[in-house]
Amino acid sequence: MALDAYQKREFKQVGTRPNRPDGVDKVTGRAMYGADATAPGMLHAKILRSPHAHARIVSIDTSAAEALAGVKAIVTAADFGVPEDDFLRDVQDHCMARGKVLYDGHAVAAVAATTIAAAKAALKLIKVEYETLPHVTDVDAAMKPGAPVVQAGRAYENVPAGMSENVTHHCEFGHGDLDAGFAKADRVVERHFKTAATHQGYIEPNACLASVTSDGKAELWVCTQGQYFYRTLCAALLGMEASQLRVTASEIGGGFGGKTMIYMEPVALALSKKAGRPVKLVLTRDEVFRATGPTVSSSMDVKIGMTKDGRITAAQARLCYSGGAFPNTTVDMGAQAAFAAYDLDAVQTLGWNVMTNRPKESAYRAPGAPLSIYAVESVVDELCQHFGLDPLAVRLLNAADKGTKSSYGPTFDQIGLKATLEAAQAHPHYTAPLGPNQGRGLSCGFWFNFGGNTCVSLNVNTDGTVGVTEGNPDIGGSRASISLMAAEELGIPYEKIRTIVADTSSLGYNDVTDGSRVTFAVGLATIKAARDAIRKMCSRAAKIWGIDEEAVEWVDGAAVPAGPNAGKFPPMTLAEIAAVSAETGGPIAGHYEVNADGAGVSFGVHLCDIEVDPETGATKVLRYTVFQDAGKAVHPSYVEGQMQGGAVQGIGWALNEEYIYGTDGRLQNAGFLDYRIPVASDLPMIDTVILEIPNPGHPYGVRGVGETGIVPPLAAIANAVSRAVGVRMTELPMSPPKLLKALEAKG
Amino acid sequence: MVKVLLWGTLRSAADGQAEVEVEAGTFKELLDELASRYPGLEPQIRRGVSLALDGKIYREAWFTEIGPDSEVVLMPYMTGG
Repeated sequence: MALDAYQKREFKQVGTRPNRPDGVDKVTGRAMYGADATAPGMLHAKILRSPHAHARIVSIDTSAAEALAGVKAIVTAADFGVPEDDFLRDVQDHCMARGKVLYDGHAVAAVAATTIAAAKAALKLIKVEYETLPHVTDVDAAMKPGAPVVQAGRAYENVPAGMSENVTHHCEFGHGDLDAGFAKADRVVERHFKTAATHQGYIEPNACLASVTSDGKAELWVCTQGQYFYRTLCAALLGMEASQLRVTASEIGGGFGGKTMIYMEPVALALSKKAGRPVKLVLTRDEVFRATGPTVSSSMDVKIGMTKDGRITAAQARLCYSGGAFPNTTVDMGAQAAFAAYDLDAVQTLGWNVMTNRPKESAYRAPGAPLSIYAVESVVDELCQHFGLDPLAVRLLNAADKGTKSSYGPTFDQIGLKATLEAAQAHPHYTAPLGPNQGRGLSCGFWFNFGGNTCVSLNVNTDGTVGVTEGNPDIGGSRASISLMAAEELGIPYEKIRTIVADTSSLGYNDVTDGSRVTFAVGLATIKAARDAIRKMCSRAAKIWGIDEEAVEWVDGAAVPAGPNAGKFPPMTLAEIAAVSAETGGPIAGHYEVNADGAGVSFGVHLCDIEVDPETGATKVLRYTVFQDAGKAVHPSYVEGQMQGGAVQGIGWALNEEYIYGTDGRLQNAGFLDYRIPVASDLPMIDTVILEIPNPGHPYGVRGVGETGIVPPLAAIANAVSRAVGVRMTELPMSPPKLLKALEAKG
Repeated sequence: MVKVLLWGTLRSAADGQAEVEVEAGTFKELLDELASRYPGLEPQIRRGVSLALDGKIYREAWFTEIGPDSEVVLMPYMTGG
């Protein structure tokens, strides 16, 4: 068996709950976040943003601003080139409008000045002449013939002829004979759904400090989920060699996918290059909402046929996603995920991406999947209600399992869906009594997970401690999990290990912290790096003992002779080998580099009870339980935290969060007072049940857990609310005004 | 010969076939052969694809060996948050 494949073992440290290594810094205010970086001679930057949803930039006059005392540099799109690559050009155009503004809040110029006040004053002196253009912010409206065209000529080759120019991408997945499947059904339900765009809602605004020197070297300190990808993009846009731009990731106050993309970092670098001084750029909350994130918005149709005993005979979904003013393919993920939980003979999912005059979509935990699964799980629930069937039993009856041909193509290997459903069925929550105006909802969820490019270095210090260097910002307790896996493999206490996050010049390329990949892939690389160091330590012990390397093995943190024929020597601990490393060949380190695959798909089931106030339309979540397969929970507290965090963000998406645009195409609620995310007082304790069905693709059986948790809540809440009020709710968020309207219509 | 399952939107670029057979021993050979034989697939391959081999999804892995009886499914490039 390959060493990177799962091997059953009794864990000594993995699975425990030690304190997180970054905890003290974070609770005492010492942790350095994006806005905490400073440099001698630093300037402050501000960005001028479009007040129009769609307009041609006729001219920009910066002369008055440049003359203002304290102003050191101003940049516009004219200070950047025009990348040939479509993706890079879109990234740059999102950071700084070129030719026309595509959404309310689109950057048009930026100022670096000696004070924030001077930078703000300078923005008011920049004269931008606009020719306003018709705009469109609704996905359905953008698909209609004659809709305002956001960008012309951007459709991929897969878009059928005759569609609006705003449609840039089309996809189709599935198998089987739909007509025959629907003909076998005792009932077919088809419903239309809409969901609003939401923001990742990270508490720390985007922030960076850029410093470009006259010899062409540059430093960027930034709040990011991926310093290497930021380096790749910024170096390309500024015409720099990667080696000359060192990017250091700060601590991160939330990302959830939203900090996998650059927004203003090349602007800060360009200002620093022009001014010859370091430049700090921190977005306001208003800017975070108007120009970073958000998710796609959607318009969806789902049709499902079911027999009276609960067997799904055919299923079809048509998904229209809008990721703002630029092409994207998030609908691919939503379309593939939509029916992944079901074993279906006939299934088809069609998807379209549509441009609208909104900011460029960024990833948000399991991008694309929560929406499509919300629509599918809602229709399944409606069919269960119609036939009077137990919704959990129906899902078990139709659940995908090992050997199922998935709705997106591949045949599933070992998956944990049925076990997760059975855990929910056996939980006391499922049979607890409900009161008046209360409802219970459940939903399955799915996410792919992946591994990706990963490097780890593990250094054995001469005092018997160990340093682990990895390249992924710690957004969910990964330093603790990585330290635990290193401790487990080396056989030394967790406290003897310190894991740090490297800058881009200190370690090879690491993919972004996304795709639920870090505990899986960095953990795998850490285990392999530890095994590399163990081989070297065994070699040193063999030399000291004068025996063959092959005659030494590693047991409980020490080198020991491998059997009686190897000779009688007392074990040499890691500390004892490290103490004489200089005398036995020099420093001892282990390394591993990999583009990891085999992350293993993930399923979860959420169960919730809610109560709707019929007078106000407000929904209160009374009880919520998350069931999810973690493969192996390395640090169970952080696995629970991921499950709880995903549930809470999904609850917000279901009940209150939405981008609200006026008829003028401007965002009306760019702040946390008007964009309502759930806070602790809104919520019950989110209970969690971790299942551990080992992932065969990881030495410890680990699966990613970061994204699946946000997938089921939209449908779980919608199903609970629909059952409580007796009306099928088909639009998110189910905010009080919408619920009141539905109740009034019901009469 | 390896059988490769294409997702729906790619089928029009492969003479309407849901499944095509190509001579390939690795993912790299498979992608090169697909792009060569069906030029209409080339834009999507350039934008990025993932490959599922016997249910296991690979994002980039040129030299992954494909057995003659393996199930190979072409998928869009995976992204996450």
